[in-house]
Amino acid sequence: MTISWYLVVSSLMFVLGAVGVLIRRNPLVVLLCLELMLNAGNLALLGFARMWANGDGQIFAIVVMVVAACEVAIGLGIIVALYRQRLPVDIDELRELHG
Amino acid sequence: MAFFFFLFAIVALAGAVGVVVLRNPFYCVLALVVHLIALALLFLLLEAQFVAVAQIIVYAGAVMVLYVFVVAYVGGGDKPAPLWRATARQRALAIVFGIAVFVELMIAVLGTSLKALDTHGPHVTVGYGSPGEIGALLLNRFLLPFELASFLLLVAAVGAVALAGRRGGIPEDEILAPERTVDPSHRLSPSAMPASAGSMAEGVAGYGVTQPLPAPSDEVLT
Repeated sequence: MTISWYLVVSSLMFVLGAVGVLIRRNPLVVLLCLELMLNAGNLALLGFARMWANGDGQIFAIVVMVVAACEVAIGLGIIVALYRQRLPVDIDELRELHG
Repeated sequence: MAFFFFLFAIVALAGAVGVVVLRNPFYCVLALVVHLIALALLFLLLEAQFVAVAQIIVYAGAVMVLYVFVVAYVGGGDKPAPLWRATARQRALAIVFGIAVFVELMIAVLGTSLKALDTHGPHVTVGYGSPGEIGALLLNRFLLPFELASFLLLVAAVGAVALAGRRGGIPEDEILAPERTVDPSHRLSPSAMPASAGSMAEGVAGYGVTQPLPAPSDEVLT
């Protein structure tokens, strides 16, 4: 398949993730949708790396995976802390940042 | 090649749709696992073997296990929150926004001047995307990003422990089991218990408080 097909799939995944971030209310699912968007970026990066036939894009994709893993660790830590504080695990109810 | 591309792409997109529309967060995580595995196969079609394997090990393995644990801990599956609470306007706006972004991305992809997008990409060498080439690139040209990424992981790990640590969360009196309140008049003296209390015979046959133990007979032993 030509590279542009991969970009089409990547765009669809990114849009699905963005819509999920906008309409879902559970912060866990919002994090999952963020993962979708990051993976869409990874697919596009690998497609471009294939287009140029060098490994720079693959290194970029690996760095994106590392950043995504960090985001997951911090995000899940925040959710667990919210749950411990007896705060509602619902992004519409969480309007204030004070601990 | 085209067949496998469309197969994996459809599975990946179906998993993504599942993440967005399923109500139970646990099912969302499982849909994301399906999506990630199909995506790793798409990576393989793009000749990125190392990234595909890392995707399966890091994402579908480690990160998803973390998600499953947190979903099981926090819950949320028992009383599924409504997908959108009576704000149909927000939902419609979100979908309109999504379509707008997709159209914009398609204009960017189709209207690009990158002629190479319509090709299969140039012919690649044998070692392209292999762990050897990735490792050589990471340790030669991209040494600084590599070290920064490892430092970022360290910071994130410390931050996650500090965030999720038991700090001002559940009050102490709720962590400890409540003190058992026993009326002193009901407290049993040791002699009030039958001799078989807590024995294996009581557990098996129900002997104890009401029935006396049968006299030990020799025929059981023989």
